[in-house]
Amino acid sequence: MSSDVTPTSTPVKTTGLHVGDAEPGCRKVDPILIADGVKRTFGGLTAVDVAHVEVPRGAITALIGPNGAGKTTFFNLLTGFDKPDAGTWEFDGRSLAHVPAYRVARMGLIRTFQLTKALGLLSVLDNMMLGAKGQTGENLFRSVLPFLWRKQDDEIEAKALEILARFKLEAKKDDYAASLSGGQRKLLEMARALMSDPTLVMLDEPMAGVNPALTESLLDHILDLKSQGMTVLFVEHDMHMVRHIADWVIVMAEGKIVAEGPPQNVMQDPAVIDAYLGAHHDTDLGATDTGHVEALKELIDDEQ
Amino acid sequence: MIDWIAIFSNAAQELISPTTAAYALAALGLAIHFGYTGLLNFGQAGFMALGAYGYAISILSFGFPVWAAVLVGIGASIVFALILGIPTLRLRADYLAIVTIAAAEILRLIFTTNTFDAITGSASGLQGYKTGFAALNPIPDGTYGFGPFTYNAYDWWIRIVGWSLVTVLAVVTWLIMRSPWGRVIKGIREDEDAVRALGKNVYSYKMQSLILGGVYGTLAGMIFVLPRSVVPANYQTSLTFFVYAILLLGGAATILGPVIGSMIFWVLLSFFSGFVARAVEAGWLPFMSQVQAGQLRFILVGVAIMLIVIFRPQGIFGNKKELAFVK
Ligand SMILES: Nc1ncnc2c1ncn2[C@@H]1O[C@H](COP(=O)(O)OP(=O)(O)O)[C@@H](O)[C@H]1O
Ligand SMILES: [Mg+2]
Repeated sequence: MSSDVTPTSTPVKTTGLHVGDAEPGCRKVDPILIADGVKRTFGGLTAVDVAHVEVPRGAITALIGPNGAGKTTFFNLLTGFDKPDAGTWEFDGRSLAHVPAYRVARMGLIRTFQLTKALGLLSVLDNMMLGAKGQTGENLFRSVLPFLWRKQDDEIEAKALEILARFKLEAKKDDYAASLSGGQRKLLEMARALMSDPTLVMLDEPMAGVNPALTESLLDHILDLKSQGMTVLFVEHDMHMVRHIADWVIVMAEGKIVAEGPPQNVMQDPAVIDAYLGAHHDTDLGATDTGHVEALKELIDDEQ
Repeated sequence: MIDWIAIFSNAAQELISPTTAAYALAALGLAIHFGYTGLLNFGQAGFMALGAYGYAISILSFGFPVWAAVLVGIGASIVFALILGIPTLRLRADYLAIVTIAAAEILRLIFTTNTFDAITGSASGLQGYKTGFAALNPIPDGTYGFGPFTYNAYDWWIRIVGWSLVTVLAVVTWLIMRSPWGRVIKGIREDEDAVRALGKNVYSYKMQSLILGGVYGTLAGMIFVLPRSVVPANYQTSLTFFVYAILLLGGAATILGPVIGSMIFWVLLSFFSGFVARAVEAGWLPFMSQVQAGQLRFILVGVAIMLIVIFRPQGIFGNKKELAFVK
């Protein structure tokens, strides 16, 4: 956790994203994603209970919160991988309720997974090419007639190679994805998400388990997405990175949104410190909690 | 004295026998299901039974021409695939396995029961459906060939049709698996949620795969009954397992694997059964009856396949590199 993992250039922060006070559920000037009353319970446990949240367009938003806060579950609900008990949510003005996951993706909302899902026994290049939308040759009847899709496939391949080069994976293009390191797989998953030219990219812990040497390039790639006009919503534990690249931070705890705001303000919100330390922080702190506490301390130090 | 020439020439005949072609087709269908898509279809025997019965019943009960009988069989297997797939393909992989194995057994019992004897012939099955197919034979009457491969015009006709079908469908499979469609299918095998997250309708692709491989099984069932009669006892679950054995022997996600696997399986089976039967006759195995000897061949083939799977687990045509990453 030091300056050697942060990119050298200081990213340009987008400001003026919200309307009124920066409080949980506050309105945004130009929201791309809006969720209302989204609730998901597992048996007796309420994993997600979001009254209202808006994700600003064209910015990098970090979704933070302690383990088990419901971040991944919320991602799953928003992207059609899980169904809520109640609630409505819309992307780009279109309701996503009852829209299956693959349609959500086609609408331009692409997500990655906390546990990386590289397609192991496909080559890196095939992984990439699978990401492209609207492929003629993906129809069974047309697939037997290569002349119908060959040209499009060549274009997709060229695009894939170009993105792979940006992610420094082009040397691996013919290798099985299974042969990549954990960090390279995260890179591949992110690169693959870009093949469909998404408007909103949702990354679930893109930095987790990534070797520090690769973290910097991952951060740069996330900043790149923004400069190309995409909106990013990402889950991350490392507060340094959140503070460094996020324009806006949404804090979740026990399924609810407990704080929102620009990174430098949100970290000082008592609700956030409470969320991380827990209501009973004098009793018992697990190993992961200790990590959060340290991260928070560092941040507060940073501020001073 | 053992007649080695007869044993070898019988075994060699299996190389191009219609049964070998039928098993190759059924295994090619399973390669699409299991090898490429990761679908655990344990009901390939059911698809084969639908081919056999669909074809025979259309001709015997309804007087359909050959082409219509073939279409009836294909139609029946598409309906069967839909019935199996609609409730299970959204669920975890093992549900399909359970449902297919049960559905294939249900089909076999329906074909066996006396209730529908007038149509299915119950346990004794059906025959007398070959005239239409024989009438299409362009080969003039007579005996052709050399050595062990000497057959009459009808027997050649079955072999030509059977192996042409194997060739055509092997090429089709090769074409679709190297296309973007095949890329999606293989992606689903690796992780269907990842493919879903990329905007592909996974459910529809799995259904297409189930139908396509099932239709291969149905065509296999038709080829299978051309040199014999339709008997329900042939469509037991063990048939599906033999087809799986062939697939694993040749290499699950390969095109040539199922074809060559079927040839090896049948040549070995014929060789062992010929050898054991004659060895018993010659008094080499005094502790065995002819009936026991008939079972022994399956044990020997099982051992041979186990050896191949142990020493070449990726199958004959499989890619060794893949194994390094199998969890
Ligand atoms: N499929 C599930 N079944 C039961 N409980 C679940 C399931 N998925 C998540 N949970 C529970 O929901 C809560 C939120 O989990 P998750 O969304 O993974 O949190 P986060 O990603 O913020 O760490 C946790 O208490 C977790 O145990
Ligand atoms: Mg999570």
